[in-house]
Amino acid sequence: MNNKRYVSRTNAIAARVLGDETMVMSAANSTLFTLDEVATVIWEAADGATPLEEIVTKRICTQFDVTPEVALRDAESFVEQLAEHGLVSCSDRPIAQSSSSPRVNP
Amino acid sequence: MSGLVAEMTAKALKLNIPLSVQLDLTYRCNERCIHCYLDHADHGEMTTAEIKDLLDQMADAGVFYLTVSGGEILMRRDFFEILEYARKRTFCIKLKTNGILIREKEAERIKALGVESVQISIYSHVADVHDAITKMPGSLKHSIEAIRRLRAHGIHVIMANVLMVQNMTDYPGVQALAVELGAQFIMDPTITPMMDGDRSILNLNVDEAALREVFRNGALVGNVEEFCAPPPGPDEDALDMLPCSAGHTACYVSPYGDIYPCVQFPLPSGNVRRMKFVDIWRNSPQLQEVRSITLRDMPSCSKCTHGATCTRCPGLAYMEGNMRGPSSQDCEKSFARTGIPSENLKARKASTQSFQSSQLVQIQRLQPAAVFAAGETEDTTVNA
Repeated sequence: MNNKRYVSRTNAIAARVLGDETMVMSAANSTLFTLDEVATVIWEAADGATPLEEIVTKRICTQFDVTPEVALRDAESFVEQLAEHGLVSCSDRPIAQSSSSPRVNP
Repeated sequence: MSGLVAEMTAKALKLNIPLSVQLDLTYRCNERCIHCYLDHADHGEMTTAEIKDLLDQMADAGVFYLTVSGGEILMRRDFFEILEYARKRTFCIKLKTNGILIREKEAERIKALGVESVQISIYSHVADVHDAITKMPGSLKHSIEAIRRLRAHGIHVIMANVLMVQNMTDYPGVQALAVELGAQFIMDPTITPMMDGDRSILNLNVDEAALREVFRNGALVGNVEEFCAPPPGPDEDALDMLPCSAGHTACYVSPYGDIYPCVQFPLPSGNVRRMKFVDIWRNSPQLQEVRSITLRDMPSCSKCTHGATCTRCPGLAYMEGNMRGPSSQDCEKSFARTGIPSENLKARKASTQSFQSSQLVQIQRLQPAAVFAAGETEDTTVNA
């Protein structure tokens, strides 16, 4: 059984990194969100190809003082919130990126 | 401005990030509005490749809000190619158009590309009035059809009503039309000079009495008492206020790649065909000068009772001859709103009186030299 979770930014978003935060706007209802430093790391890594668990262990736990269990639990909750607002899509399989998929800031 | 937007704007200001850019794709247009400030000839618009490169540069520089305007944006055959590219670079995209070229297919594509809003100018709910302003027969009908199509796709439409002599009594009708169409209504009561400095179109501006009526219309301004309240005058904190976002967190790019602090502030600050966007944004002496100006640096406005609450446009002040000076059109709006003249209006009135007195002094001085008879003195007055 595959427990991996893949997360991909949707096309219907506006987003920009501003210092250590990210502004994200849902095109569906123009609601503005800001993501903090940790959330920004997950957001930038949400390419649909990297499992969330790998993002947590390789990107979050190496940069921030947090255990993998706590980080994964928080990351899953965060991703669910984003999905509720249509900002990301989630799947238990890798999500193919189309040519019109959004590019994040370097 | 919501708390979160204000917070992000403050952060952008601190980090010197151009959060908002208006990019005009073309000055060409299929309407010929009598109040338009643009020269509609094509003097060498940026190519598709140049615009895509600019969009990359702007995204990398941190631009979030991208207003795509013109001229008429759909006059560019590559409009949707540009829009798709902008979407890929995750801008929050706002469009300004007259809507005439938006059919069903275009409305569908705009929806699919996640545009935040589409602003369409509606000058009157009466076709004869609207079409006389755009100089295009049938334009109101086409623009309203476009609004209906966009709304049918759930797109946020803003109906912008520019107030001028020709349509000054029609705004309630336009506002009612906006409600019927499910669009947001906004009004702009200011006709601005042409970008080349020609001020002849300013005679289309409505007079003070009409402005006063607008500012006392609760359906437009909300709480009239609060909106028209006498200003408290600038305190020490207000003196360090920045005039507006132009050049601070926002700028404008013309179809030829020229960068200005704002579309209404035609101070040439660099050209993206010769320099990188971010280098102009950070290092342009013109933008740095604009950023250096606070209310404290404005000789007239810093002493004015309206200083902290005025809608003063630094671009209009610049077009009047001094970016540290007052914008008389905003002085007139402050007066229409509160009934209290600005320092600039008081100075202008005093100057007019002083001019009249100096004419009288001149006449008196001429009299002894010529020893005119009464009738001859009158002739001298006319010539003086």
